[in-house]
Amino acid sequence: MMVRPHRRHPLWLAYMLHRLSGLALALFLPAHFYMLSLALTRPRQLDHFLSLADNPLVKLAEFGLVFLLAVHFFGGLRLLALEFLPWSPRQKSLAAGAVAGAFLISATFLLRAV
Amino acid sequence: MLDLRYYMAQRLSAMVMGPLVLGHLAVMIYAIQGGLSSAEILSRTQGSIAWFLFYGAFVVAVSIHAAIGLRVIVHEVTGLAGRWLEVFTWGTGAALLFMGARAVLAVTMP
Amino acid sequence: MEVAVWRGSGDRGAYQTFSVPAHDNQTVLDVVSWIQQAVDPSLTYRYACRVGMCGSCAMMVNGQPRWTCRTHVKRVLADGRLQIGPLRNLPVIKDLVADMDPFFDKWVKAGGVHKPSRTREEPIQEVSPDDPGRVVANTAIECINCSVCYAACDTVAGNPDYLGPAALQRAWTLYNDVKVQDRQSVLDAVTGTGGCMNCHSQGSCTRFCPNELDPLSAIAGLKRAAARSFLKGRG
Repeated sequence: MMVRPHRRHPLWLAYMLHRLSGLALALFLPAHFYMLSLALTRPRQLDHFLSLADNPLVKLAEFGLVFLLAVHFFGGLRLLALEFLPWSPRQKSLAAGAVAGAFLISATFLLRAV
Repeated sequence: MLDLRYYMAQRLSAMVMGPLVLGHLAVMIYAIQGGLSSAEILSRTQGSIAWFLFYGAFVVAVSIHAAIGLRVIVHEVTGLAGRWLEVFTWGTGAALLFMGARAVLAVTMP
Repeated sequence: MEVAVWRGSGDRGAYQTFSVPAHDNQTVLDVVSWIQQAVDPSLTYRYACRVGMCGSCAMMVNGQPRWTCRTHVKRVLADGRLQIGPLRNLPVIKDLVADMDPFFDKWVKAGGVHKPSRTREEPIQEVSPDDPGRVVANTAIECINCSVCYAACDTVAGNPDYLGPAALQRAWTLYNDVKVQDRQSVLDAVTGTGGCMNCHSQGSCTRFCPNELDPLSAIAGLKRAAARSFLKGRG
């Protein structure tokens, strides 16, 4: 993908990542809601959907969704910190490093547990 | 295309969702261990006020958040503005809220 | 070196290529001037001070907004080529001259004019350089209105009402100026539909500001102030 020259810097790419992940999540939501509402009306169809979860392609899509949610979540935290915390650039770098470190450690533990 | 009220609704709904997303991720990871079955999930959620409140709050917040987020994207990409942009925003929010409420009720009603 | 220069007016035009002799010490503005003086006197561009004070010579250089008088060719040359165009996000008058009216109109709309709080009969207000508000205000007073940030901003591109980084940074300066009494009116001017809340924190303004100012943080400051006033019930 060609990124125009004035956009080639980390903050712009973070913005685009946040926008695309948000858009994808918003488009996924109606499908997600519809599937869950089947529990009330047609439980058998819901089971059918859930059995699809064993399909590797669906597994990949699921992983993608969790990934999108995580990306949008951390992007959102970044934005809230940037907008609402009057920190110095050094404090922000430290905070970002701490969050990333904590995430790395907890993700490692989580992956071992699963 | 955001006035102060839309902006605050967007940010406040994001703050509400912060802990909810973490909870949801934890639930997902827990649920996929050993495979999913609707009976298994429903037996825990149906009739539970706690899950109703958790996912009810989530649906309200996400409907607001997604509707405003899509509003901004639609305005900046297509140039849609004025009354139709309001119709789009509120329509999207209402549709998400309706579908989300149905899903929450289906999963948590006894 | 090969230099492609935008020629045309309004929405219409195309890049025209010139061969320009390369020198050791050469700014992008030198290149444009050489073309106009040696090849085509009809080439239209704008400059005044040539030393980074006046803010009139900004152009798109290889797709990035820059002050051309203090941009050395050596730093931006890509494969011996240079592409020079008028500033983005503004209407083109002719060739490299962008119409700055929308930029300055928004500056005024964002309340960029100082409204004095004392009359001439009153004594001059003392301002301590150490005053916290003054320290914040000082960070942005070197803005030269070159519109580089405005051209770099994609939110401006997508949302024509958006006031843009320079005007909002000016409002943040006024908001922190101890001589300004009516803070709320400063805030009101930048919290309408095209206000500071539309910023997506892409950070291109701060990235490209030739004076190394930080409009991104200034706008974040405005958002904070706006959110505070909203929660206090002034929304």
